[in-house]
This record gives sequence, structure tokens and C-alpha cells, in this order.
Amino acid sequence: MDLLAHLPALQVVVPMLSAPLIVLLQPRGLAWAGATAVALLSFAIAVALTVAVLDGQTVEYAMGGWPAPYGIALSVDAFSALLLLVVTGAATAALLAAKPSIDQQIEAKRQPLFYSAWLLVLSGLVGIIVSADAFNIFVFMEISSLASYILIAGGPDRRALPAVFKYLMMGTIGATFYLIGVGLIYMMTGTLNLADMEARIGDVTDINPILVAAGFITIGLALKAAVFPLHAWVPNAYTHAPHMVTVFLAACATKVALYVLIRFDYMVFQTKLDDHEIQFAMFVMPLAILGIMIASAVAMFEGHLKRLLASSSIAQIGYILLGVSFVSMAGLSASTMHIFNHALAKGGLFLAAACLAYQYRDLRLNQLGGASVRMPWTCAAFVVCGLSLIGVPGTAGFISKWMLINAALENGAWGWALVAVILVSSLMAVVYIWRIVEALYFQEPIEGNIQISEAPIQILLVTGIVAVLNIYFGIFPQVPLELANSAAALLLEGSR
Amino acid sequence: MNLLELLGYFNYWVFAIILTVGLYAVISKTNLIKKLIGLSIFQSAVFLMYITMDKVEGGTAPIIQADVEDQIFSNPLPQVLILTAIVVGVSTLSLGLAMVVRISECYGTIEENEILDAD
Repeated sequence: MDLLAHLPALQVVVPMLSAPLIVLLQPRGLAWAGATAVALLSFAIAVALTVAVLDGQTVEYAMGGWPAPYGIALSVDAFSALLLLVVTGAATAALLAAKPSIDQQIEAKRQPLFYSAWLLVLSGLVGIIVSADAFNIFVFMEISSLASYILIAGGPDRRALPAVFKYLMMGTIGATFYLIGVGLIYMMTGTLNLADMEARIGDVTDINPILVAAGFITIGLALKAAVFPLHAWVPNAYTHAPHMVTVFLAACATKVALYVLIRFDYMVFQTKLDDHEIQFAMFVMPLAILGIMIASAVAMFEGHLKRLLASSSIAQIGYILLGVSFVSMAGLSASTMHIFNHALAKGGLFLAAACLAYQYRDLRLNQLGGASVRMPWTCAAFVVCGLSLIGVPGTAGFISKWMLINAALENGAWGWALVAVILVSSLMAVVYIWRIVEALYFQEPIEGNIQISEAPIQILLVTGIVAVLNIYFGIFPQVPLELANSAAALLLEGSR
Repeated sequence: MNLLELLGYFNYWVFAIILTVGLYAVISKTNLIKKLIGLSIFQSAVFLMYITMDKVEGGTAPIIQADVEDQIFSNPLPQVLILTAIVVGVSTLSLGLAMVVRISECYGTIEENEILDAD
């Protein structure tokens, strides 16, 4: 049996089947070890898949041996491989670091259930990515969403509950909109396979239902992806979730919805519909710009560490969307690159926040005084990831911002205005990251916080590795860059 | 478009109305249980849309019989799809209700504005 041929299916099946088994591992620590081993295994599968698609190939898999348009197809290309790396990498990194923080936040007897939900989120997210079937994507989207509601509400903070309820409402409406869109397309084309849809949409005579479907799918997925102004669920859900859950979800959950959005708009709708290119760009670009500016401005005045970072996440989604809205090779590869780099930077920042949260009960900025003396390594890692978020040369964030600016300049006179937006928002990022640095390094410590020491070595080590990766991929960006470029080529080719 | 054509789309009109009713309840109600009811109504509208589109005029259940030739069948695929979507809807609803139970335990109320005031 050729194991390599079954990797796309194993990528989903391994975490999904281990999720119920983890529940049985009741003794303390075993559930964590099991979940981490499974996450590492899926990361290894993702790496193997990436190697297989690195030269621009696509790995296809027919579930149950049924051929593509009739059976459920899985497919992995450069774009999905990059997302797979981000999702499995974030899940693994967060789990490796998670134990001390989870032990502190979640009572021992509920931990196996918690880790099981974690693996369900993972399998749902990778399921969305490898799926080449519109309805299958919906099912996996709901698996990952339902499980992530459980993760977010699992912590000791009661404010997480109303936040999750709001997320559940908005997430379900988003998924239902997506379902309506898929139904309308199925009505007109008679297929659910994405590649088949793309081929058949050209033959549809009455284009109106397809236009409506494009609207429903774009809005539905924008809700899931927290595109401005549909981001209302993000700040509270990220702030009050258990700290390690925030690391995992902030690094990848919204980006997977963006991935589906990009897939649909480029592979299925773009250029098959009259003027869709312009409609899509004109619809998305203002939202992206508003999102970048307003969310960055909000982040500048936020007083709570995690909430500040959550606002910044909404702005970063704006950057990704801005590159997508250029409908160009450079824009798409900049966006894809930014998905990867932002996951690194924001994952690192939230990991450092989890380190701080392990010692400080209260993460409001005015409570964090003196942290640099008590937790020097955490603060150093925070600064490195913060620089990457701003886009300082030598860090990963610089690469994608530079690519984004280059892509913006291709738009002629308009381009300069867009460059101004990117530069102003980067300055805003300097301001909000500086506010945290000021609190960590220059603020007088609060009286009660005398005995605080460095976070447990387990979290610290992972945080340090992620910080180093931020620098590593700033200097040697070849692998993600190659993936991003062939992803952009695939997306634009798919629309022709 | 004449009246008969309009009536011919009866199921789709009902779909649109139910969808809006559900969405309205989700947005306007402050009681969390009522919000969930709205969400459920909203989702069932989509079930109706899928069930409607599989109907083929004069079609029957897709079961192949030995002695019958050239039988017209309704499309079974949307029914299968919506069966899955119903399961998703049920699990969403039950998870939502579980959240409401925990909110009620922690806050002592399930009115949205009172919860906001409590924090």
C-alpha cells in the first residue's frame, strides 16, 4: 500500500478518529500527551504533503474510490499546503506549550474532553482545506466551529459565555448563508465539486442565481473570517477564551474561512461571471481599507493586552483581503504570504501573552508594570514578534508587507493612496505595540506582584522558538514564498 | 411576470419569508432562548429550499423497479445533503441551549442586556 497516496485523507482522519479516543485517557497528563502526539503527526503529514506539492503539482484523492464529480474529492495544491502548515503548526505549537496554562485554567477531570474538542477543531479546519467539494466544506466548517465554541467557553472566565453565544449566532448565520449560496449554485449547475462547478458555470444561461449565490457565499464567509464590519464576535471571544485556545484560533481559524472565500471567488466565480472581477474588487477593497484603519485605531486605544491583539488581528485580515482585491499575481502572493507570516507573528504574540497570563492574573496594560525584570525572556520574545507584526526589516512581517506595497504600486495612481494606507496603519501598529512595550519595560510594578517569576519553561521554550522562526522566515523566506507564488499562479490560472 | 408564475414560486417565497422571520428574531430579541428559536427558524428555511429544488415534475422516489421502464425520478441528492444540514442544525441548537444553561448558572439571567450590565 502506498501510504503517500492516502495522505490527504489521513490528514483529516487521524485527528478526527483520535478525538473520541482522547476522552478515554483519563489519567492526568495522558490526554495532553495523546493530543500533542496526534497534532505532531498531522503536522508531519502536512509537511509531507507540502513536499509533494512544492513543485506546483496537485495531489488528488477520491474518497472511497469514487471518481471526482460523483464522489467526494480531496485535493491539495500549493495554496492548501501552505494553509495546512499554518493550521497544523499552530495547533501543534499551542498544544506543546499548553499543559501548564491548561492545568491552571481547566479542572483536571474536564481536560480529556477539552483536548478532544481541540482535535475536532483541528480536523475540521484541515478538512475544510483539503476538501474539493462545496458541501463537504460546509460540514467541516460546522465541525470546526462547534468544537471551537466549546474550546472558547471551556475556560474559567464567565464572560467567555456571552462571547461564545454571540460567536455561535454569527457563525451559524455565516454558515447558513454559505449553504444557501451552495444550494443556488447546485440548482444551476447540478454539481458540488468545485472544479466541476467552475467548468459548468460557463454554460449557465440565467446568471442571476449565480450572482446571488456569489453574494451569499462572500458575505457568509466574510462573517466567519471576521472581515470588517462583520468582526463583532472577535474581540470578546479572543479575549475571554483560555489563553492557549486564543493562540490556536487567532493564528488560523479566521484565515481558513478567508481561504475558502478566495478559493470560491477566484476558482469558481472570477471571469466566469461578467465583471465579477471588478465587482469583487470594488466590494472587498473598501472593506479591507476600512478594516485596516479602524481596527488599528481601535487597537491604539485598547487597554487590555489580549483585546488589543484581537483588534490588531482584524486589521491584519484587512491586509490579506487588500492583496486579494488587487486581482493580480503580486497581490495574491502577498496575501498568501501574509496569511503565513501573520500566523507566525500573532501566534507568537498570543503565546507571550499566555506566558504573562500564567503569572499575572490581570492582563490590563496598567497592571503589567515591571514584567521585563521578572519575565525577561517572555518580554524579549514579545518584542521580536511585535516587530514582525509591525513589519520591521529582518522579520517575517516585513516580507509580506513589502510584497503588499509592491503589489499596490502596480495599480498606478491609486497605488500610492493604498501605499499610504499601509504605511499609516503600520505606524499605528508601531503605536499600539509600543504601548505594550512601554507597559512591560518602563512602567512601575504594582505592589502585589512582587513574587512573580518567569513562566514555566515549557511555554517559554515554544514562545522562544516561534520568535526565532519570525526572524528565520524574515531572512530565509524561500519555502513559504515559493508556495505563495505557485498558489497565486494556480488561483489566477484557475480563473481563466 | 403574471400571477400564476409568481404562485409557481410559492415554495421560494415561503423560503424567503421564513428566512427573514428567523433573522429578524435573531437580531431583535434580547432573550437568548428566543434568539436560538429564531436561529432555528432561519436554518429550517434553507431546508425548505433544498427540498424544493430536488422535486422533478412527475417524479417519484428514486427506487429502480424491475418491470418499470423510463420512470422519472426526483433528485435524491439534495435530500441527503439537507439530512446532513439538519443534523448540523440540531447540534448547533443543542450546543446553543447548553451555553444558555451555563449563562443562566453564571449570571442568573438569560436576558442579553442584563448580562451586559452584569460585567
